[in-house]
Amino acid sequence: MSSNAIKTRTAPVRRRSAQQRAEGWRGWLFAAPTAVIVVVLFVVPLLLVFQMSASDWPLLGGNQGLNVPENFTDAVANRFFWNAVGFTLLYTVITTVILLGLALGLALLVQESTRWKGFLRTAILIPSALGLASASLLFYVLYSPIAGPFAGLMNDLGFTFLGTPEGALWSTVFLIVWRYAGFYMLLMLVGLQAIPDEVYEAARIDGASRWQTFRSVTVPLLKPTIAMTMVLCITGSLLAFEQFYILTKGGPDNSTITVVQLIYSVAFQGPNNLGVAAALSVIVLAALVIINIAQIRVFNDKEPK
Amino acid sequence: MARIKGRFGRIAAVTVAGALAVTLAACSSGGGGGGGAAAPADIPAAGTDDGSTLTLWTRAPLEKQAKLLVEAYNSSHENQVDLTVVPNDDYVAKVGAAAGANGLPDLFAADIVYAPNWASQGLWKDITSQIDGLEYKDELNKGHLAAGTVDDKEYVVPFVLDLSMLFWNKELFKEAGLDPEVAPANLEEFADAAKKIQALNKPGTYGTATGLNCGGCLVFTWFPSVWADGDQVLSDDGLESLLNSDTAKKVYDTWKDLYDSGAVLPSSTDEAGPTWTAGFTEGKVGLQFYPATLLSSTPFDAGVSGIPGPEGGQSTFVGGDGIGISKDSEKSAQAWNFLSWLTSEDAQVGVLAKNGDAVARGDLASNQYSEADPRLVTINEVAAEGQTPLALNFQQAFNAPSSPWLTLVRNAVLDGGSSVDADNDEITAVLSQ
Repeated sequence: MSSNAIKTRTAPVRRRSAQQRAEGWRGWLFAAPTAVIVVVLFVVPLLLVFQMSASDWPLLGGNQGLNVPENFTDAVANRFFWNAVGFTLLYTVITTVILLGLALGLALLVQESTRWKGFLRTAILIPSALGLASASLLFYVLYSPIAGPFAGLMNDLGFTFLGTPEGALWSTVFLIVWRYAGFYMLLMLVGLQAIPDEVYEAARIDGASRWQTFRSVTVPLLKPTIAMTMVLCITGSLLAFEQFYILTKGGPDNSTITVVQLIYSVAFQGPNNLGVAAALSVIVLAALVIINIAQIRVFNDKEPK
Repeated sequence: MARIKGRFGRIAAVTVAGALAVTLAACSSGGGGGGGAAAPADIPAAGTDDGSTLTLWTRAPLEKQAKLLVEAYNSSHENQVDLTVVPNDDYVAKVGAAAGANGLPDLFAADIVYAPNWASQGLWKDITSQIDGLEYKDELNKGHLAAGTVDDKEYVVPFVLDLSMLFWNKELFKEAGLDPEVAPANLEEFADAAKKIQALNKPGTYGTATGLNCGGCLVFTWFPSVWADGDQVLSDDGLESLLNSDTAKKVYDTWKDLYDSGAVLPSSTDEAGPTWTAGFTEGKVGLQFYPATLLSSTPFDAGVSGIPGPEGGQSTFVGGDGIGISKDSEKSAQAWNFLSWLTSEDAQVGVLAKNGDAVARGDLASNQYSEADPRLVTINEVAAEGQTPLALNFQQAFNAPSSPWLTLVRNAVLDGGSSVDADNDEITAVLSQ
């Protein structure tokens, strides 16, 4: 075989390779803006949190050097840590159960209602358009015994929405249900509409009742949507902050301190210790990763094959 | 799958290596804490007024006074001050973040109870020689100067004084058969007056009010009752809480009795601070321990006196903000020009007294404005008898929403009241950390 023949044969290969390289660079260029945003807004802060969690880092004093494992032992030894963990879990269970049930119910309602469908969907979804901090301020005034619309009645009855631990918890749950029910309803609605009509027709032909259809057709086929909604709801509740910061500030009697609020408090309101606050953040991050992996595994195992 | 695991492993390894690298780099950086640099010694006595722009931060509760002061300074000087008002709850975080990034403004004020901590952290420049050079230094409020002094170095001058005073609604006093011109002489008379106003049974009107879920409100208004009887709330070094004294227990008992009798505005139970003065300002509360800075915005005829103790006497919490030149300022001479003007008669009388606020200089307590309103004379006189508690961990022990002080008060007033000694030990534990 002559050398010319070899050149003739290998030239297209080289050209393809150069083209592939150029496409590769173009691909990197397209991805670069997003990659930069992810690095700047996610990776760098994450690394900074790890750095802080390993350092003696007071808010007003800067980094004073390595401080592990003391930051983590101090975090767990904080007098509010276990109360905050318990309260956050309780709050998460309550909101998840209520929100999932309500969202599914509302989704079924607006799916089946024909006359008021548009109005209902809009009315239920509107609170979701409001920022959580704005919604919390709105409810703060609503619940206020001085400025709120029920102020006179509340004062006459000696009742306060946020004045007792139970009242503060359920008042906040009410706000969250009001704010998020429409959003989760929308997710459920999309899931419901993805279920083919033929399945329901087959169930009707088989003589299944509405309850049987719901239990044996709707729920199993809606499982992926329910699982996704549950992941969002649990993660959001475990990271609850704004609503409690604005409505209760952790009170009364320190009964509504969530873990994220504890992190904020340790960093900016009390010991002003960024190192311990970062250690708490790392603990919460680890817990969230474990809980999310567990949820996804459970969901995957039960997904219809 | 193996490929994904391999990639994931590499990413994880790079992430962990990066984290370790950042951590190790940080370990060698050290720094922080321990007293600020001295301002240049060659600053003229009145500072420099050369048309520089100065930045100034203050917190929202003092916005009104800060704006008036800055407007007056800007209109009479070449230098111009650019004021930033920060929400109260965010102020510590904002100052902390800026201090870490060496981005503090030229001048910044601090709640005076935080001044010992912030001065010892080196957030302000040492301006001892400048303050000592003021002819009227001995007349400046001693509580504020002491709060900003660490190891005999002075960092802070008074910015705005906020004093807690006993205010009463004269109209409601008249209706309840009380003498509207005479202040309750002790806590017992205070409680009697509140109950008599409550007994009017006017819809939406209550005897008194307080902030039972607001640590800052409670130190501001209840500590003076202990001082009025000659007792202290903290040890001299600020490391021990004395809030289980007999006097302190009498204060809690009085409030518990008032609360149980229904003479306290019900919203006081969960009042976390934002609206703790609203009831009185709206004319719905008979008498209340209340900030003197609100005198000019109280829309009815109110009587004013010092806060009494269980046995009588009177005192006040000398609060408000102190102000200093930040460690990051490169315009110390210009910043001192603002501070020296701030302590001058022009600012103290021409701006603060004119607006109905307390002055920070004893020699100016009586002035053309206070003579027109005797209540201002009362406020300025009581200021001299008041105190500012000093402790490095004041915020954590008292002002934080989860402070042990709040636990003590809520247990003492809303519950049985038998845990004062144990709760006081918790405060000491935080103070001595």
